[in-house]
Amino acid sequence: MPPRRSATFDEHAIAEIRRAAATGIYDIRGGGTKRKVPHFDDLLFLGASMSRYPLEGYRERCDTRVILGTRFAKKPVELAIPVTIAGMSFGALSAQAKEALGRGASLAGTSTTTGDGGMTPEERSQSKTLIYQYLPSRYGMNPDDLRKADAIEIVVGQGAKPGGGGMLLGQKISDRVAKMRSLPKGIDQRSACRHPDWTGADDLEIKILELRELTGWEKPIYLKMGASRPYYDVALAVKAGADVVVLDGMQGGTAATQDVFIEHVGIPILSAIRSAVRSLQDLGMHRKVQLIVSGGIRSGADVAKALALGADAVAIGTAALIALGDNDPRYEDDYRALGTTAGCYDDWHEGKDPAGITTQDPALSGRLDPVLAGRRLANYLRVVTLEAQTIARACGKSRLHNLEPEDLVALTVEAAAMTRIPLAGTDWIPGL
Amino acid sequence: MLRTSSDTREIDLLTTSVRDLNATLQAFGSNTRSDEASFRVLTPNGAHAIAVGIDAPLNVEIAGHVGYYCGGMNKCASIIIDGNAGQGVGENMMSGVIHVKGDASQCAGATAHGGLLLIEGNASARCGISMKGIDIVVKGGIGHLSGFMGQTGRLVAFGDAGEALGDSIYEARIYVRGKVESLGADCIEKELRDEHRAELFALLKQADEAHKADVSEFRRYGSARKLYNFHIDNAGAY
Amino acid sequence: MCGIAGLFIKRTRLQPRLGELLASMTSTLCSRGPDSAGFALYTAGEPGRAKLTLTSVEERADFEALGEMLSRAVSAPVSVVGRYTHAVVTVPADLVNLCRNWLLENAQDVRILSEGGHLEIYKEVGYPDDIARSFGIASLGGTHGIAHTRMATESAVTATGAHPFSTGPDQCLVHNGSLSNHASVRRELGRDGIVPQTENDTEVAAGYLTRELKRGRSLGEALKSSVEDLDGFFTFVVGTKNGFGVLRDPIACKPAVMAETDDYVAFASEYRSLTPLPGIKSAKLFEPKPATPYFWEH
Repeated sequence: MPPRRSATFDEHAIAEIRRAAATGIYDIRGGGTKRKVPHFDDLLFLGASMSRYPLEGYRERCDTRVILGTRFAKKPVELAIPVTIAGMSFGALSAQAKEALGRGASLAGTSTTTGDGGMTPEERSQSKTLIYQYLPSRYGMNPDDLRKADAIEIVVGQGAKPGGGGMLLGQKISDRVAKMRSLPKGIDQRSACRHPDWTGADDLEIKILELRELTGWEKPIYLKMGASRPYYDVALAVKAGADVVVLDGMQGGTAATQDVFIEHVGIPILSAIRSAVRSLQDLGMHRKVQLIVSGGIRSGADVAKALALGADAVAIGTAALIALGDNDPRYEDDYRALGTTAGCYDDWHEGKDPAGITTQDPALSGRLDPVLAGRRLANYLRVVTLEAQTIARACGKSRLHNLEPEDLVALTVEAAAMTRIPLAGTDWIPGL
Repeated sequence: MLRTSSDTREIDLLTTSVRDLNATLQAFGSNTRSDEASFRVLTPNGAHAIAVGIDAPLNVEIAGHVGYYCGGMNKCASIIIDGNAGQGVGENMMSGVIHVKGDASQCAGATAHGGLLLIEGNASARCGISMKGIDIVVKGGIGHLSGFMGQTGRLVAFGDAGEALGDSIYEARIYVRGKVESLGADCIEKELRDEHRAELFALLKQADEAHKADVSEFRRYGSARKLYNFHIDNAGAY
Repeated sequence: MCGIAGLFIKRTRLQPRLGELLASMTSTLCSRGPDSAGFALYTAGEPGRAKLTLTSVEERADFEALGEMLSRAVSAPVSVVGRYTHAVVTVPADLVNLCRNWLLENAQDVRILSEGGHLEIYKEVGYPDDIARSFGIASLGGTHGIAHTRMATESAVTATGAHPFSTGPDQCLVHNGSLSNHASVRRELGRDGIVPQTENDTEVAAGYLTRELKRGRSLGEALKSSVEDLDGFFTFVVGTKNGFGVLRDPIACKPAVMAETDDYVAFASEYRSLTPLPGIKSAKLFEPKPATPYFWEH
């Protein structure tokens, strides 16, 4: 008889127990959930056939524009494509990587977003449309940058860790990062999980009022949250006065947090979108308060599915980093030296990224050419957009935003139940 | 808008909206001379976001109690609140002076980067939370969790401090004359050396309390710096 | 997520203005709670009589006819005063349980919002100012009262889901915040015979206090133990026949400001809510400390 391995105490579980016993610290890593969860792959589009007519590729237009922040802001954000770049901080990323994101997004006609660490001049100058995050830590927060931003994103949480604060370990607190954050160099930065001067939607309503007063009611106010109780959370965001809701699923990445948080808190984005949309619809605010979803968006198919489920736009983070060159196999030797392999590297907090993206080490970050990397990101964004348009045209839509839930079917019972999309070949929606 | 004899403009919030008031104040650029414009705001009645986002050395006096975030993100202006201030007075202030004649509610001076916040009465919970360079002088007591995650700047309390003073503090310095209910994680009492007496004296002088309070009566609190880099033996503090 | 106002009148001369003052205080809290609002007032009572505040889940209920049926059923005089969608039904105090049971069995659409010698509760879905006007809150006098504007968190926006909640005679409670263990406490209360009628976390808190009072504890003791037994963020304002209490959780993030003069003690989520009160400029203003019960009694 061959020896039998336990399904419960599998290789990974045993290794983690050993690691915890040896080091006395929980596992910290970057990225989003790595285990398989129901995702957009479990949905399929019903292309046109006899009952509907498709549009001709390239020749017949399929509009991709989106306007965000039409509820209260005097100057809404207008984007050429509904694929935005998610908030990632200078600190977590190198200055070169931030610059490359700005270049790529601007070429493709979309926005980038700052992160927990303030706004760098490089990013402001490269990003045509820049969303300024307003986080619990308020590192580097100042009224001048607030006024330079095109929109303000109040961050309540993120999909990788709803209910958790930030974590940037000492290795990445370089002189410049430390100065921007008013912290001593080299210490662990422990960001708070709640905002320092408001708690709850009733007080957030007053905070949003203040931010609008600070910026002359010009800028859209986004509210970003991790997906956990999307129906109620989105309703409260609307009642607090947000212009745009950003909903991040558990596949969404983080610069660094506890593995247990990433893998066990929050829900997949697939399971969150319909509840969020229903919440907006129940309040009569769908399409009036725009919904941006994120967490594991990889392709134009994912974008099209998110939009069909009712989102107005998506945000990408991990995919954008990969487009820049993150986890590139050409650095395989370096990844091996770090005890990993290209495609698996997630110790972003250690600042040793061979690709020069999630690091503050000048030798490593110098490896990333911001112009070239920006070009790669723009290429990727264009492909994603073309893919989404291909699907939309096949469904007979002259606008990406005319995709609707009825264009979809579910491949699995789980996906059908989560999205309230019928199981393929049936009219059955479990639980309805 | 009325003009009084001494070139102080009066804006009454009974007849003017907070939006119009703030637009008026924000219209002054950073090249404004410090004696160019003075305002007196009447009937604030606890309204929120009064005098936020000023970027000029204006003098603004508010005749009464204000709501949340008064003087938020202030730069250069001198704001006097002739009453109590609600939550987050002077939040994220960059420079200038905010002088609260009464009490301040929770989170006074939250995340503020610079300037002076002077509170004649008491400040409640989380005074100076996440402070990033501001000086806060409170002539009364301060509530629980004051100086929480204070990064830099100075927090002075003449009265008592509530529970968990300076919890998870970084490099902010806290001076308290009264009783401290308890210290938060990683906050310890530190020796009051001559340089601290000098620093404190300068702060008292700004608060118009020099020679009225003896700097040696204060005790100094700051970071033990044990949470600066994770160590399993300190896990209980997390 | 809400706004709270409370007023405890110490001297009789302000008593006729209770409703008017409470409605003005609540008016400034509309943006904190645009979904629904409610008022609990301790008004004059008649010796030997008890009041039940009723509402109906149906569009219109004929409370007059219901009162007549109830009167015949219990063979005792029953008076009915209708106010907008509610009615206050006054019955002999010794028959109150009989009346309550009869209503529960025979008037399936009716919900009993309060019971007691003095307490009346009025609450509805809608904008708080409109609700106060519809009920004519300003015309009511009394000794003390609490009011609430609601921004619903996790339970439905319904009239019965609005605050204040009453789970015992002449007891009521309003809440600002969000409890994180209300589901477990709800199950525990169920085992002790207290079954909340809504999914609202606040009703669980009200039921908790009622259970503790039933166990013979004082309101002060019940508030004190709630700090241990209820988890999450809360500011509570509670009313009893003679008194008015305030409690904040130990972290105390949710706002609370109080004013005291020789005439009254007032509570509000924000200072601007206190501004309509007479003599507020010279009132002693303070914030209740965390995890510390405050209580005033006649």
